[in-house]
Amino acid sequence: MPASTQTEKSLAQEKIMADQKIASTEKMPATPPSSAPASQVMLNADADANVGGATKMKATNVNLHYGTKHALKAVNADFTERTITALIGPSGCGKSTFLRCLNRMNDLIESCKVEGDIVLDGENIYARGVDVVQLRQRVGMVFQKPNPFPMTIWDNIAYGPRLRGIKNKAMLNDIVEESLRSSALWEEVKDDLKKSALGLSGGQQQRLCIARALATKPEVLLMDEPCSALDPISTLKIEELMRELRSQYTIIIVTHNMQQAARCSDKTAFFLLGELVEVDSSAQMFTHPKDKRTEDYITGRFG
Amino acid sequence: MVSPAPNSENRSLFKRTKLFDARTTDAIFYWTTLGFAGLILVLVAWLGFQLYSSAAPSIAKFGPKFLTSSKWDPVEEIYGAWPYIYGTLVSSFLALLLAVPIGLGTAIYLAELAPKWMRTPLSFLVELLAAVPSVVYGLWGRLVLIPAILPLQGWLSEHAYKWPIVGPLFDGAPMGFSMMAGGLILAIMILPFITAVSREVIKAVPPMQREAAFGLGSTHWEAIRGPILRAARSGIIGAIILGLARALGETMAITMVIGNGNEASASLLAPANTLSSKLALEFAEASGDQLPALMYLALVLFGITIVVNGFARLMIWNMARQVKGSTRG
Amino acid sequence: MAVAQPSPSTVSSRVKPLPPISKSLMTRRKGANQLMWALCILSTALAIIPLLLVLYYVTIQGVKVLNLDFFTQVQKPMGEAGGGMKHAIFGTMMMVGIASCIGLPIGILGGIFLSEFGNNRLAFYVRFAADVLNGIPSIVIGVFVYAVAVLPVSKATNGNVSFSAWAGGLALGIMMIPTIMRTTEEIVKLVPSSLREGALALGDTRWHSTFKIVLGAAKGGVITGILLAIARVSGETAPLLFTALGNNFFNSDPKQPTASLPVTIYTFATSADDGWNALAWGGAFVLVAMILVLSIAARYATQSKQ
Repeated sequence: MPASTQTEKSLAQEKIMADQKIASTEKMPATPPSSAPASQVMLNADADANVGGATKMKATNVNLHYGTKHALKAVNADFTERTITALIGPSGCGKSTFLRCLNRMNDLIESCKVEGDIVLDGENIYARGVDVVQLRQRVGMVFQKPNPFPMTIWDNIAYGPRLRGIKNKAMLNDIVEESLRSSALWEEVKDDLKKSALGLSGGQQQRLCIARALATKPEVLLMDEPCSALDPISTLKIEELMRELRSQYTIIIVTHNMQQAARCSDKTAFFLLGELVEVDSSAQMFTHPKDKRTEDYITGRFG
Repeated sequence: MVSPAPNSENRSLFKRTKLFDARTTDAIFYWTTLGFAGLILVLVAWLGFQLYSSAAPSIAKFGPKFLTSSKWDPVEEIYGAWPYIYGTLVSSFLALLLAVPIGLGTAIYLAELAPKWMRTPLSFLVELLAAVPSVVYGLWGRLVLIPAILPLQGWLSEHAYKWPIVGPLFDGAPMGFSMMAGGLILAIMILPFITAVSREVIKAVPPMQREAAFGLGSTHWEAIRGPILRAARSGIIGAIILGLARALGETMAITMVIGNGNEASASLLAPANTLSSKLALEFAEASGDQLPALMYLALVLFGITIVVNGFARLMIWNMARQVKGSTRG
Repeated sequence: MAVAQPSPSTVSSRVKPLPPISKSLMTRRKGANQLMWALCILSTALAIIPLLLVLYYVTIQGVKVLNLDFFTQVQKPMGEAGGGMKHAIFGTMMMVGIASCIGLPIGILGGIFLSEFGNNRLAFYVRFAADVLNGIPSIVIGVFVYAVAVLPVSKATNGNVSFSAWAGGLALGIMMIPTIMRTTEEIVKLVPSSLREGALALGDTRWHSTFKIVLGAAKGGVITGILLAIARVSGETAPLLFTALGNNFFNSDPKQPTASLPVTIYTFATSADDGWNALAWGGAFVLVAMILVLSIAARYATQSKQ
């Protein structure tokens, strides 16, 4: 890694740790750490260490209507920083809809009305006067099907930073390299960054989209079923990636795959018919779910 | 590993980083594109209004009688549109008479009967017909077609005027420049539209229909006549109306061959004028009272084309509804 | 073929088997089939023949007149030999240029409005108006532009400026709008919304993402629409008859009456002068060739972007 990014990185890390100390004394108490014995389940091995910590985003009493359809009913959830939270539930239960509320992508749908608060670091993202462009640069998103722009790999990654006015070629080169390394794609494409992004395989394209999202240096990463269009090997690579990213980012992932949720996430939220039925640490949720509906879903009785 | 931007960058959601933040520029974007789109509404409304107001003096003077009176005299300042309305309707009708059977036959051939290797080049040729500008058709009509049909006209004028029923159609001296020439050239011009649309519609009939017909033992023609044409019927009617709308508005080619006649005559050999050809011929030097009268002509033409186009759209909308209804059943 | 009336009881025992098809019926059916087949081939021939004849005459007669003079000289007065159509070709290019300045912005931005924000009542009326405008005969549009851009200007300048290339360009531009608007809308709608969402999720604004990403992807189709609109409009005569009028001389001042290829062809073709008639064929050849090249370029633009 080039020296410049090394020093940049360590400086940034020091800053974050310092800020965290300040932040943790101000925020609300985090959810209590999980108490499940580590030997019992094949779960996220270092889940315990991460469930504590400051709240990054908090949703309070969120209701969403598509025209007359009441798609999200009084959802309350909070997301601790530097954790992975999985949103699970059967098709059409509202988990993707809720995810898209977190970066206000639902604004694009005309008939959509959102009530309630969603707070990012203490600021309500639905308040008047909020700059949505800023929000989306802090809360990035990766979509279900990889959607690289019909441009070169380099242009794809540089797109976000350029939006923020970064024009310096050298700086952009650094960002491109750093982002591609973070999404474990650098080694595969470093020799041909001017190749069209559409020429990559599905798994590579998705990792490109992750790198593209990371290039704007977001704090939260939303992932909407990122592996559903990919083969098992690419899926595993991306799950590995998520585990690495967790040390820096707050990740919220919607997934259809319960094993994936159990494997990767620290916390899991179960949605059903627009309601958030249960939120708990993953270890707890998959071994001792509190709600009968959760148990039914997890054991495969429906969905 | 990329880290999130440190807090020192002050990434509050409320801070305006640029003079024009996203909300403002997006609003400008919305209203600008809306404005440009709305311009077209303004344009069409203005067009109708302007035609009416320019024609107003003539409308006041002649009223609806304008549409039925036949005298057009700039010297006496008496104007009547009937010969030109007649000319427009008859020439378009003639054109349809010729173009619909030929166009349909061509469409059927291209869609069903032609060998595969012929289909694309032939279709391309037919589409090329549509790309030739009207004035080139007029030039060709004037310098090639008319001399070519003059012998035919001569024969008809000598012998056919005596025939029962159709006799009056061939009355008068053969001048070449005539309603017949107008109808012919118009037919050539609307042919590609009728053919192209009909061909698409026939091709769109589900292969199942065709297979079902053959499975029951029909000949190719019986399969076409029955299920295929029935399924394509509404689309073909749409193609015909489309051709009609085109014929009604056609100006240059017909101006150059129709001969500038000012009477509504039954004879195909007589010269005539359509609403558009009259406008083309007289507008540039019009003055005084003549101008509002010509505007009145333009208004009538405008009205006719709007009605026909509206009717076509209504039919298409109706057909779409029927298709939806039948698939629901 | 008679079928027995079924009775309430055993129908199948009552129904007689269908008689074998008579030979004469089969011959008739086959004959009808052959006849229709022949008629269809005849129709196709009848459809193609005029086109071939037109192209043949335009080429043969047109090429005869094409020499260097044709492109570098203006027309000679009636009766004199020689001359060219330099003024007409230039005039057409100038007015198509003016027309594009009007037709392109309105057409493209309007098309973007319809595809990005197009789910409301206003969009419905806009589409309807575009269809109406498309169906209006071109001579009516010429008459309209005369009433709003020639007559008032003439009155205001005391006759100094009346027929002009501006007015001609305006009329052609109005005709370009519906084609470009509709093509742009359809092409932009084809761009998958996932691309737009991807850009917006990175913190892009609507207008920037539309122009950079969506239009970028739709570029080929939009160019096709523009080229087709230009091809169509450069062959139009009627709207220029009372707006740009025509000119026997070379003119580069848009405030003055200007010659155009179609109008000059019309004038030459309807004159009694043989020399002018011959030049008309030449002009027709150049015009048809130009339109052909534009149409092929338009098709190529779509394909190459894929």
